[in-house]
Amino acid sequence: MSFLRPEDHTKPWTGRYYPYDLVKELFIAVGVIALLAVLLTVLLSSPDEKPSTIAQWSQQKPADFVTAAVKELDGASGTAEYGPPYNHSSKSVQHFLLLHPQRWLGVSHPIDTERDFVVGPLETIPNDAALTAALTQYKAAPEKQKKEWAEAYAKPLEETATAEEEKKTPPATVSESNGAVTVKLSGDAGPVPVMMSSLLALAKSGGVDGSLLTSRQFFQTDYTKPLLFMADGGLLGERAEEQHLLGKQWGLMNETGSYPGQPWLWLYALWYQVEPMKSSPNADIQVLLIMSVLSLAFICIPFIPGVNMLPRKIPIYKLIWKEHYRESGGA
Amino acid sequence: MSSLATPPPVEPASQHSWTVKVREAGVAALPPHKLLPDGQPTYVASWIYMFGVASIASLVVIIASGSILALKGPGWWHYTGIGHFFNSIHLWSVELFFFAMVVHLWGKYWMAAWRGGRSRVWMTGAVTFLVAVPCALTGYVSQQNFDAQWIATQAKDSMNSIGVGAFFNLTNFGQMYSWHILLLPTAVVLLVGAHVLLVRKHGVVPPFELEQRRAALATTAGEQS
Repeated sequence: MSFLRPEDHTKPWTGRYYPYDLVKELFIAVGVIALLAVLLTVLLSSPDEKPSTIAQWSQQKPADFVTAAVKELDGASGTAEYGPPYNHSSKSVQHFLLLHPQRWLGVSHPIDTERDFVVGPLETIPNDAALTAALTQYKAAPEKQKKEWAEAYAKPLEETATAEEEKKTPPATVSESNGAVTVKLSGDAGPVPVMMSSLLALAKSGGVDGSLLTSRQFFQTDYTKPLLFMADGGLLGERAEEQHLLGKQWGLMNETGSYPGQPWLWLYALWYQVEPMKSSPNADIQVLLIMSVLSLAFICIPFIPGVNMLPRKIPIYKLIWKEHYRESGGA
Repeated sequence: MSSLATPPPVEPASQHSWTVKVREAGVAALPPHKLLPDGQPTYVASWIYMFGVASIASLVVIIASGSILALKGPGWWHYTGIGHFFNSIHLWSVELFFFAMVVHLWGKYWMAAWRGGRSRVWMTGAVTFLVAVPCALTGYVSQQNFDAQWIATQAKDSMNSIGVGAFFNLTNFGQMYSWHILLLPTAVVLLVGAHVLLVRKHGVVPPFELEQRRAALATTAGEQS
């Protein structure tokens, strides 16, 4: 016998059998597991934290909402810069050596953040002359002008957001009052302030939630647009941090509250905590490739030299079959 | 004609009948005494053996509770006490399923349960575990609560990074719900079925022969020759 090529001496069992009722055992097992599940249910129940909506987001964090919205307008948000499968940008496109599957599969769920998240919902607002004029001015402007307006409006908002994130005193250019956001501009923002003000009002009324869901048809089950828009803001992340769901908190395997979540993903979550994945812009594809190789190895354990010999070398089997060895003297 | 009358004689089926071939192959591979045995080898006497049947029993409870949730629709459990009760049963049976399956897999690893031509038994068990993971994930993103929102927006980046997001969109509730209640559970049940049939065909792996016993047998064989 070599370490790499273990001989297999396993022969069909010719020894004694004891009476055994397979069907009865299954019924008893189902009963025991069902009772255990009921007991855990009665003692611990299950989590059901209410989902966030764009309406809540705009009511609770209006400045954060407007910051995200204006970045959607000028193409600087996470979704706008994401890349496939949403658009042709590249900021979130990952690769590993020569493997570029994200780019190869292309744009399958097209999202134009300017059109889908801002201009489209604003166009659903009827009888608002100021907004109609602002939209007409905005749509007629060249792309360069649109970007300059949006950036002029976004600049003080982003400076404020950055200062808050870094726990510094924010500049006094953005203020919230009665749910409205006032931005002190240092440049010309054209029609953008009117558009943002109208979008904030529409969002608070629940109009943006509805607009992003019913954009294609009446019956809708695809929440891609509202979820991506909300993920560009700070509300989801804030709630997730409170519920220890962030990546740095091993959130991948956690669940809201103190429930066990998906502990079977511990190895998957582990790779995100170690370098180089921890700080890599290609962490997801790297971790998935590692897990794919490990999964294949897991399936092929019977054929992997060394790994398939460990059970023979580390005699845990003597504990498992203790009774058998004692009774048969090792037969 | 009376219902008790002797049925008309049936011509013997042709040797080329596909039905006959499938039946004969099935019975040859798994004769009734192997498929539903009423005895177990005496070495099957450890608590570790309970975790295989516990995994299957958990799967039964998962499917039963999940069927009730599916019958009432995905929103029911959020606004009724009884719905929340069945959702909790579903959650805890999933946790028990994975716990039992992980212990079962570790137990089988230390038994080297692939010995004696049983590699396919190991492989179907391992694949079942791997398919159960996305089955659970699609359940988490189908919950229609904050958990689902957060998990979907985070896990989408992993799927997108390898291109899978192009056709498996975690932020599309309708698509995830279909995968969760039909496609992936069907795959898990078929894999578990294949795994159990392979176990029944090959039997439970026997213990390792201890070295001193094997050496004794080899000596005896040498003396006899």
